[in-house]
Amino acid sequence: MNRFLLPLSIFIVVVIFLGVGLKLNPREIPSPLVGKAAPDFSQPQLYDPAKVFSPADLKGKVWLLNFWASWCSGCRTEHPVLMELAKSGEVPIYGMDYKDQHDEAMTWLKRWGNPYPVVGVDDAGRVGINYGVYGVPETYVIDKQGVIRYKQIGPLDPDTVAQKILPLVKQLESK
Amino acid sequence: MKWLMLIALLWSGPAWAGEARPLADDPAAEARLKHLAVELRCLVCQNQTLADSNAPLAEDLRREVREMIAKDMSDKDIIDFLVARYGDFVLYRPPLKATTTLLWVGPFVLLTVGATALIITLRRRAHKVVDVPVTDEEHRRVEQLLAEGGKRS
Amino acid sequence: MIPEIGHFALILALCVAVVQGILPIYGAAVGNSGLMAVAKPAARGQFLLVLTAFCCLGYAFAEKDFSVLYVAATSNSQLPLHYRLAAIWGAHEGSLLLWTFILTVWMFAVTLFSAHLPEATRSRILGVMGLVSVGFLLFMLTVSNPFERLIPAALDGRDLNPLLQDPGMVIHPPMLYMGYVGFSVAFAFAIAALLGGNLDAAWARWSRPWTTVAWCFLTVGIAMGSGWAYYELGWGGWWFWDPVENASFMPWLAGTALVHSLAVTDKRGGFKVWTVLLAIMAFSLSLLGTFLVRSGVLTSVHAFATDPKRGLFILVFLAIVIGGSLALYAWRAPRVGLGGSFAMVSREGMLLANNVLLVAAMGSVLLGTLYPLFLDALDLGKISVGPPYFDSVFVPLMVPALFLMGIGPLAQWKKAELPDLAKRLRWAFGVSVVTALALPFVLGTWTPLLSLGLLLAVWIVTTSVIGLRERLTHVGGHDLAGRLAAVPRSYWGMLMAHCGIAVFVVGVTMVKGFETEKDVRMNVGETATIGGYTFRFDGAQDVMGPNYTAARGTFHVSMDGREAAVLYPEKRRYPVQNQIMTEAAIDPGLLRDLYVSLGEPLDDGAWSVRLYHKPFVDWIWGGCFIMALGGVLAVSDRRYRIAWRRQEPVVPASTRTTRRKVA
Repeated sequence: MNRFLLPLSIFIVVVIFLGVGLKLNPREIPSPLVGKAAPDFSQPQLYDPAKVFSPADLKGKVWLLNFWASWCSGCRTEHPVLMELAKSGEVPIYGMDYKDQHDEAMTWLKRWGNPYPVVGVDDAGRVGINYGVYGVPETYVIDKQGVIRYKQIGPLDPDTVAQKILPLVKQLESK
Repeated sequence: MKWLMLIALLWSGPAWAGEARPLADDPAAEARLKHLAVELRCLVCQNQTLADSNAPLAEDLRREVREMIAKDMSDKDIIDFLVARYGDFVLYRPPLKATTTLLWVGPFVLLTVGATALIITLRRRAHKVVDVPVTDEEHRRVEQLLAEGGKRS
Repeated sequence: MIPEIGHFALILALCVAVVQGILPIYGAAVGNSGLMAVAKPAARGQFLLVLTAFCCLGYAFAEKDFSVLYVAATSNSQLPLHYRLAAIWGAHEGSLLLWTFILTVWMFAVTLFSAHLPEATRSRILGVMGLVSVGFLLFMLTVSNPFERLIPAALDGRDLNPLLQDPGMVIHPPMLYMGYVGFSVAFAFAIAALLGGNLDAAWARWSRPWTTVAWCFLTVGIAMGSGWAYYELGWGGWWFWDPVENASFMPWLAGTALVHSLAVTDKRGGFKVWTVLLAIMAFSLSLLGTFLVRSGVLTSVHAFATDPKRGLFILVFLAIVIGGSLALYAWRAPRVGLGGSFAMVSREGMLLANNVLLVAAMGSVLLGTLYPLFLDALDLGKISVGPPYFDSVFVPLMVPALFLMGIGPLAQWKKAELPDLAKRLRWAFGVSVVTALALPFVLGTWTPLLSLGLLLAVWIVTTSVIGLRERLTHVGGHDLAGRLAAVPRSYWGMLMAHCGIAVFVVGVTMVKGFETEKDVRMNVGETATIGGYTFRFDGAQDVMGPNYTAARGTFHVSMDGREAAVLYPEKRRYPVQNQIMTEAAIDPGLLRDLYVSLGEPLDDGAWSVRLYHKPFVDWIWGGCFIMALGGVLAVSDRRYRIAWRRQEPVVPASTRTTRRKVA
């Protein structure tokens, strides 16, 4: 081989990678928790702080855990999608109010609607850290055995729900 | 106004205030935190260390790390805690694994290959090139070209 | 109206660039001197047109014309004039215009200083630069037009990013771009030589001053960027191995290798193929940096707002320019001759060894910068490659390079003897080792890196002194002054640049070894002591800036009861973008910087305050400026000046453009 072709070959490889890189989002960090047991917690509930919300109560069910906050604009974007999904009754969405003011969270849900059967409160962001949350909204799909099967980073949109979440939920339900 | 009064008070009286307190309750633990945090990445920021970032998540994570230091956990345990939640992405010093082997050995492979190539080329060259006074002749030509320039075109 | 003139000037410039890129190169290929003669006026015309566009944008900023989208996005009516003008390059579109403008400045310079070149060569050089310019003008006119209108006009602008509202930012980007784009000249020389098949010693001689000048600008540009990060980001670091910093550092490493490699090619006629590759590489890496910063493939503190369409455009452009030149290289390089002989242990050998080290270092930076992208593209997970990685691979590569830097200049050309070198260098070595071992103990702490750093710095300086002394005994002259004057400036330049490295190494070593910091809670009147200096906090007051409000703290700094400085760090709030900025206050000094930055207000008027004592930190940037000054000195050497002057009587009759006296 002509050794003078070497620089060109290296460059072509680099350009191919750069081209692929254009399509990737460097800010999306995959979670190492997918396929692992969902971390346990017991947090006070938003509507009744005396009661606790814990994943242990949901064993045997396929459910979504959605981290949100009243101060987060992405949550506002995805909210209609959650409302729609909740109305369809396909899968229950449990909320986790992440680092929020109690009153503002209540007002927010009152104003835009409440898709969650139960909302937990994560005041200090500890549950968030255990779940590897780095920016709300983030949504986890958890199966009957309490294992995380999927993590959505950023707002859910109708496409993701229809093409990823719902088929996955159906598949997990049938197991 | 409050400021002005305070300052006025300060200037009028003798130096009455003492040594400032460190911000952290336990400076030794803080030093350990700093030591760890400069090698950890703030996840929400563009590209900053956990030590430098003021993002709320970075503050929360520093608090977590502080608590772990208070519990006397080892550096490795603390790092494992973070990696379990956020993956290798939090580490600014990528761990040596199958996928990062090239990253870590690459520079030294590059150096070895470069050095070998240089030595081989110089050896081969020494055989090929007969030492003729090429240089002086070339230099005269350079000077000539510089002097005559455009005439050649 | 004015923005439309600017826009129109860019369109005209594109037309001129197309002509300049095609006709002269074709003319050179077929030997048509009429076509070749187009190059010079086209390049000058293009310069004037882009200058017009640049002034139009500047005018729009000066006049606060918020009907121009770019102006509305990057300035504000409250923004002071000098920052409004600096806002020309405050974001993507305008900085691209700056890039193109500087490219035409270099073209213009080539038309001025190239009368001594054969006409075919000059035409090819300007043609290649014209082609590069076509790409950038097209890019601007299609997806990043700085003159795009905003209808209806905004009432006020969204303001310049407060991080960029800093005097350093006014000069840093032009300097940096002068460096980046300056490598396009060496690149164009290389491509022209490959096209013409006249890759010879003359080519190296012509390329040298251009490369050195670009290298000087790049050195200063990077140093200023680093200085800006040091005082503007507010956490006292000066280099973060951020992708954007790496993007500027890679061309610098390649350019440094090129400067040295050109010396071998110029002197010995050897390694032309390698030198020409380096010339292509230095500019390619500048283009790659442009891509990395603007495409959003990597996250960085300084990345521009990104848009995948732009990314794709630059990538295609990159593929054409670099791919094309590397293909040309693969085609033409095998036919290039070998040049004169030299032994492995010789000045040439050492320069080339230095090249291997610099290029390996450059490759490592490239690998580390792109590796996360590689893994992600192959779906093998996400990782971060940060300062700990770069520090651990970079230092072992640079140590031998710095060591060689001491020996190389003393080795004879063609063939040197190791025992002879060892004998001449033993004093330097002894002095270096003793200093490196003793000095840390005198200063109070010892670490291996501290000793290593000092060893290398002292080694470089002492070997330079020996080299100069030997040189002085060889040159003629009656007295010392006469002999000093007889030493050529290029030699002085080299000594100076090398000593600049030594100064830089001292700075880095001392800061890493001895810097101290303190995070304290300070009430009014309280004191904190760091590095022997006592800081007294005298409270914070609210102040109003032109486009911000700030809390300004007052710190009286004293040492042994004597006042050393009064520092006013600020915590600024820029209302338009609702950004909080930490404006550190620094008392610079030859031997130390005192650095105060305000954290958060606490209760009772107390503040959290961060104090740093940074010994020798200014040597880091001082070293860079000395290096650049060395480069300037080398370029002012007699042989280049003679070359410039000689053009005067020999302008060929076929050149119809105006003649200029330049020397």
